[in-house]
Amino acid sequence: MMHAKQGSGVSRRRLLAGAGAATLGAPLIAGAAPAPVKIGLLQPLTGFLAYDGIQGKYGAMLAIDEINAAGGIKSLGGAKLAPVLADAQTSPATAIAEVDRLAGEGVAAIQGGFASDLVLAATQQAARHGLPYMVDVGVVDQIVGRGLTNTFRFGPGFGKVTQDGLANLAALNNAAGKPAKTVVIVHENGAFGSGMAKLLQAKLPGLGFEVVATIGHPTPQRDFTNIALQVKQANPDLIIPSNYKNDYILMALTFAQQHVRPKAAIYSILGGAASNAPFAAQHPKESNYIMDCNHYYDPNKPLSKAFAAKVAAKKWDLTYELMLNYSVMRVLADALERAASTDAAKLTAAIAASTYSDTIMPYGPTKFVHGQNIGAAPVNTQIRDGVVEVIFPTAFASAKPVFPIPAAG
Amino acid sequence: MSTALLLSALVGGLANGAVYALVALGLTLIYGVLHIINFAHGSLLMLALYASWILWSALGVSPYVALVLLAPLFFALGYALQRWVIGPAGQGRDANVLLVTLGVSIVIDNLALAVFGPATRTVDIPLATSTIDLGVMYLPLPRLIAFVAALLLSGGLWLLLNRTDLGRAIRAVARESDAARLVGIRVAHIHAVTFGIGTASVAAAACLLLPSFYVSPDAGYAFVLVAFTVVVMGGMGSFPGALLAGLVIGVIESFSGLWFGPSLAPIGIYAAFALVLLFRPTGLFGARA
Amino acid sequence: MTRWGARAGPPLLLMLGALPFAFPSGFVLTTATLLLLTAILGQSWNILGGYGGQSSFGHALFYGTGAFTTALLQVRFGWNAWVAAAAAIGAGTLVGAAAGALVFRQGLRGSYFALVTLAFAEIARVLVASFDITGGGFGLLVPLHRGAASFQFSDPRLPYWIAWTVVLAGVLLTIGIERSRFGARLAAVRENEDAARALGIAPVQVKTVCTAISAGLAATAGVLYLQIFLFIDAANGFGVGVSVQALLAPILGGLATPWGALLGALALRLMAEMVHAVAGGLAGIDLALFGVILILILRFAPGGIAGIRLRRDA
Repeated sequence: MMHAKQGSGVSRRRLLAGAGAATLGAPLIAGAAPAPVKIGLLQPLTGFLAYDGIQGKYGAMLAIDEINAAGGIKSLGGAKLAPVLADAQTSPATAIAEVDRLAGEGVAAIQGGFASDLVLAATQQAARHGLPYMVDVGVVDQIVGRGLTNTFRFGPGFGKVTQDGLANLAALNNAAGKPAKTVVIVHENGAFGSGMAKLLQAKLPGLGFEVVATIGHPTPQRDFTNIALQVKQANPDLIIPSNYKNDYILMALTFAQQHVRPKAAIYSILGGAASNAPFAAQHPKESNYIMDCNHYYDPNKPLSKAFAAKVAAKKWDLTYELMLNYSVMRVLADALERAASTDAAKLTAAIAASTYSDTIMPYGPTKFVHGQNIGAAPVNTQIRDGVVEVIFPTAFASAKPVFPIPAAG
Repeated sequence: MSTALLLSALVGGLANGAVYALVALGLTLIYGVLHIINFAHGSLLMLALYASWILWSALGVSPYVALVLLAPLFFALGYALQRWVIGPAGQGRDANVLLVTLGVSIVIDNLALAVFGPATRTVDIPLATSTIDLGVMYLPLPRLIAFVAALLLSGGLWLLLNRTDLGRAIRAVARESDAARLVGIRVAHIHAVTFGIGTASVAAAACLLLPSFYVSPDAGYAFVLVAFTVVVMGGMGSFPGALLAGLVIGVIESFSGLWFGPSLAPIGIYAAFALVLLFRPTGLFGARA
Repeated sequence: MTRWGARAGPPLLLMLGALPFAFPSGFVLTTATLLLLTAILGQSWNILGGYGGQSSFGHALFYGTGAFTTALLQVRFGWNAWVAAAAAIGAGTLVGAAAGALVFRQGLRGSYFALVTLAFAEIARVLVASFDITGGGFGLLVPLHRGAASFQFSDPRLPYWIAWTVVLAGVLLTIGIERSRFGARLAAVRENEDAARALGIAPVQVKTVCTAISAGLAATAGVLYLQIFLFIDAANGFGVGVSVQALLAPILGGLATPWGALLGALALRLMAEMVHAVAGGLAGIDLALFGVILILILRFAPGGIAGIRLRRDA
């Protein structure tokens, strides 16, 4: 993390400060090529969140390329979308400076952030400029509902994901004749993991589960052997892990190595690598049957199939960061189309009134309430022989859930 | 707490400790001879992890075979770094050397990100998933190999330093570099050789670590602080000290993880470290200053 | 001997003071504010590392104490922000005095001192992240209450000028130390502790006081960070990144000079701007270039930027 800190606030040369949208509100002159609409893409492109940030960038860029190829924003005379990349690194202070830089460059809106602490800082600063901000992931619930009228989150927040994750778990368990009773929670001890653990400890007993052990660990955790052995001794029916990608992979490999095999399943909520395509593909044996409740697309829609084919052609990893950023950019473009303006207030109003439904995500039409898209919901996935399949809700499913998992053969 | 869990925590702690010792061996050599804190150590470890991973994924070379190839390669890299970058730019000032190694780590980390991308990579060799059933736990074979290698490597480095002419020259430079210069030892060359040996040790550690770990551009940072702790606790420049301190720290971490939870386990490490230093300022094996 | 630092420092500081008139808000002002915070933290490190000769790797301990104490007192106990700020600076100073007394009494110096301070900061980081009262893994978010009484300003120029005033105070403090009897004792201890002791100086006491002053200034930087960004978590307060940032600016700028930390912070900012202009689109490459420039500056200006000679001594 050192490397991410000391260059803090790497930023482009100054433009006229407070330039805002000086050139953008100008009326279009007939016949002249319309000025491109600049969109700020703020992501952690370096440092330990670089994977997520770069995936997010790919998703947004893919949508921009498609929109531009289809003729740009028609109500603005076919204006093209021009991405302006900004690296938030891993520091909220850098994110704030980068928001200012993007505002100075005259972007019409900002999308991205990924991590909750970066998003909290960036949305607050964008509000100072009156710039609309589209959150891509940033699941912490405080992000929306703080009274920031510029902030919109397309995907579900922490509370919603957990609520659905638990409801789906209970449904799965009931349908299978309640094979799972005892639970071990393994969580990283940062904002995300400990928040999740606390919520799970409060909610699980009400759903008929008993939490027999809760094990927190730092990020990165160099070795999971002791944790695996503690889990094994607790011998739970269910393991619920909440940690980041690298640790998740190491944990899953160690579980396999130590023959930790819960009777019912490994069931993650926002699991670091539990629905990560490369992890599933590289470790089909160790990852088999792992379940996740996370952001994911509806694989059955024609739009999704075209999207997945493009992602595969570019040799990118098909992950939720990519899916969400791709989708968010389409919502933003639709709002620009309806606003027929890049004026911040008009664009903000258009986003707030969005009822967009042409999305790869398994959401209904967009509806923002206090900045949160209340149509957003997570789905359940399960890794099966190296492939991430959607198993729940059944309307979007690409495979039937295997729960409880078969006994070790 | 069951005996089985205690026993397995001990074995697991020793196995981890051996890895810490391995990573720290190169650092303690550089620390002891050049008297510099090498901030680039974690980055060099990461670079070696990538090198080993590439040899495996492109050519199918097992990391244990790659060790033989990468150790000389990283010796050359380390030699060049010290001779032509760290030495000239640091100009013998502690603070400057510190910043130069920091600069080197920034360069390596970010180039790695740009070249290799941000994804997490693992090697998938049969040996990596092999285990030995100890009854209370399954001991991963890579960890056993790393343990034996830590013993061999620290012994080998000790012999190199204490039983060869090169070792005598290195020790002379470590103790009195001015006097060493007067008797005709090329100090800059010896410094570079030392840095090279230290870097080769890091490469060896990386090859032994990779089968039971992963590599990503930030992978080195998982080990860098704990390696510094091992070096100071073991006494700067002492190989047996680093080995012992590595094992001690591995076991302390393991048991404090068991009793207070893995979240608080780092406190066990740093508290033990601070206590050792406050009451035995030259480390467990350090020479009396 | 004419050095760049003494010549360039005062006009640069004056220009920075006037900067908000040209850039009343936006990117330039925000980055300049961050630059000033880096400078304050650097000045703090310079007092202990430059004048005291004790390189710390754990300045995050003092910085984090400042930021967390003020946040904690406001969020959990409802204190007024200004009172909390004063208490936080006091707490940072105390932690500095305690750490200094503990470590120096045992005779630790050099790399040992550096790594023990690092261990202290890491212990603090893990502890703060482990308890709910300190915000646990999430951190502490100070509620928005814009207004001078709550040390939150809607006009970003005001916190900028407050930070600027602290930088000025830091320069004056440094010059004051340099010229005082305390500074002379500190120099004596730094150069040769045994000789200093023979002169009747108590090295442990002198170094402890030095650590306390340095820690107080670092805590001030932490307080300012918190009041500007209204959010702190364990990594941003006590993380290794903060400790590294603390030593980067003063070493690059010139150790044991009153202007070094400011010049170093300015240089770091300009370097960042430069690599962004050249390779901003290539994340990773830009920071790698940053590292290369850092090494080159050290190669050609070993005494730091403040130490660059303007003309040969007569």
